[in-house]
Amino acid sequence: MSLSNTRTIPLPGRISRTESSASPRAERRGGRWYRLLSPLVVLLVWQLASTAGVISAQKLPPPTQVWHTAVQLITTNSAAYGTLQHAMLISLERIAIGFALGATAALGLAIVAGLSRFGENAVDPLMQMIRTLPLFGLIPVFIVWFGIGELPKVLLIALAAAIPLYLNTFSGIRGVDGRLGELGRTLGLSRGEMLRHIILPGALPETLVGLRQSLGLAWLSLVVAEQLNANAGLGYIINQATQFLQNDVIFVALLVYTLLGLLTDWLVRVLERRALAWRRGLLAS
Amino acid sequence: MASRLVGFVAPHPAPDAVAPEQPNAPAARLRRVSRSFGQRRVLDRLELEIGAGEFVAMLGRSGSGKSTLLRAIAGLDDEVEGELEVSGTVAVAFQDARLVPWKRALENVRLGLRRPDAAAVARAALEEVGLSDHLDAWPLTLSGGEAQRVSLARALVREPALMLLDEPFGALDALTRIAMHDLVLGLWQRHRPAVLFVTHDVDEALSLADRAVVLSAGRIRHQARIDLHRPRERENPELVELRLRLLQELDIDTKGATT
Repeated sequence: MSLSNTRTIPLPGRISRTESSASPRAERRGGRWYRLLSPLVVLLVWQLASTAGVISAQKLPPPTQVWHTAVQLITTNSAAYGTLQHAMLISLERIAIGFALGATAALGLAIVAGLSRFGENAVDPLMQMIRTLPLFGLIPVFIVWFGIGELPKVLLIALAAAIPLYLNTFSGIRGVDGRLGELGRTLGLSRGEMLRHIILPGALPETLVGLRQSLGLAWLSLVVAEQLNANAGLGYIINQATQFLQNDVIFVALLVYTLLGLLTDWLVRVLERRALAWRRGLLAS
Repeated sequence: MASRLVGFVAPHPAPDAVAPEQPNAPAARLRRVSRSFGQRRVLDRLELEIGAGEFVAMLGRSGSGKSTLLRAIAGLDDEVEGELEVSGTVAVAFQDARLVPWKRALENVRLGLRRPDAAAVARAALEEVGLSDHLDAWPLTLSGGEAQRVSLARALVREPALMLLDEPFGALDALTRIAMHDLVLGLWQRHRPAVLFVTHDVDEALSLADRAVVLSAGRIRHQARIDLHRPRERENPELVELRLRLLQELDIDTKGATT
């Protein structure tokens, strides 16, 4: 209350720096709550339509039932599904391993390709070819090569995560201001120092864009990979529920996917805000 | 440069420490330095010597080869021909300040500085250029003059035998420029590096330098010593005469270039 009060008092020509930088942040925080409004409205309409009998509970269970099912899946260790949190952990583990593999490969390849013509000629054509492959068309091949265990799932996620991260990091490295490279030479930076202080931080804004895309694709491929002969995890729960015609369980699993996706997106945003703090001065002024 | 007392016999005299310590060795010596871009010869068998601790201003119209020469001396040009000797470290302050935007002021100054007390040295340098309040500032929040101060501090901490200043104040307003001139002179008088100051402003050259050289068509066309105490009065008759002469030299250049 007191904050909004001081903001409405006009201070011609005497608005201090702290005030002007604090107010957009406060608005941003308020904006975040407004963002919850439209999902809540959808939930409400969904619930009302279900209780009024407009939507059949068999096709689309009402939110209250989904909630009830979720609580049950968490509290009871059923033979068909196990517990929800266990499935979630399995899925998280898959995506963590797959993403770590893919990201490491992507960053390494992007550095090799970004730093020299030779590296670019060696790496980039292959990556561009892989990029155009329909990722999920590879699943049968992966099954032939790697069987139906964890390996093909993790590799599919790794491949999905690697491509946008590679493309963006490569273009980020190439986009680093050449004048800063020159500066590095006059300062006598070694190759490693150049990479650490100039090239990688310079590519970081684009790398982070790639990171977001790559996490999105990693989740997508996790969902697809888990629908195939998994014996644990969120995808397994969905498979089982399909067989038992339990739509409410499917919805719970889908909901968990979206929540986990939102969580990783939030993590990237936090990372961005910290790593790109140097740009804030530019945006604020 | 530092006069330090050593024992009677130094057991292992560092061989590379000897050359730059000689008091009368020039900071830089250029002989028949040439550089061509395709058919265009930008530097043409250029000869130039810069004494230790000497402040040289290099004047020239745009396209006269100033930047090419500076890049050659800075070691940024691998295709330059001729003899180019520099004794000791060379440090550069660029026209655009060229701070690394993702490093705070202090980190910019200590970048590439390999000594255990790098942070302290960098802090002292920033204090010396009057930025002790901006150690943690992001470059994008600094004004043009402040950015150039950081850039000067960054050049200074390398204890260079030769400082190359590439029109460092070209983009600054007149008042800031005057303050920066005083700052540069102060730094030079305290640390005594040789300075090669590239500018197209005759007055700037006359108020700062020991010697002004005019570059045109890839060679030093004219040189003038300026043996006057600083600070210098603009109206000093000797300076007025020098100014006319230098402007003339630069003007002849324009007529020559059109043919």
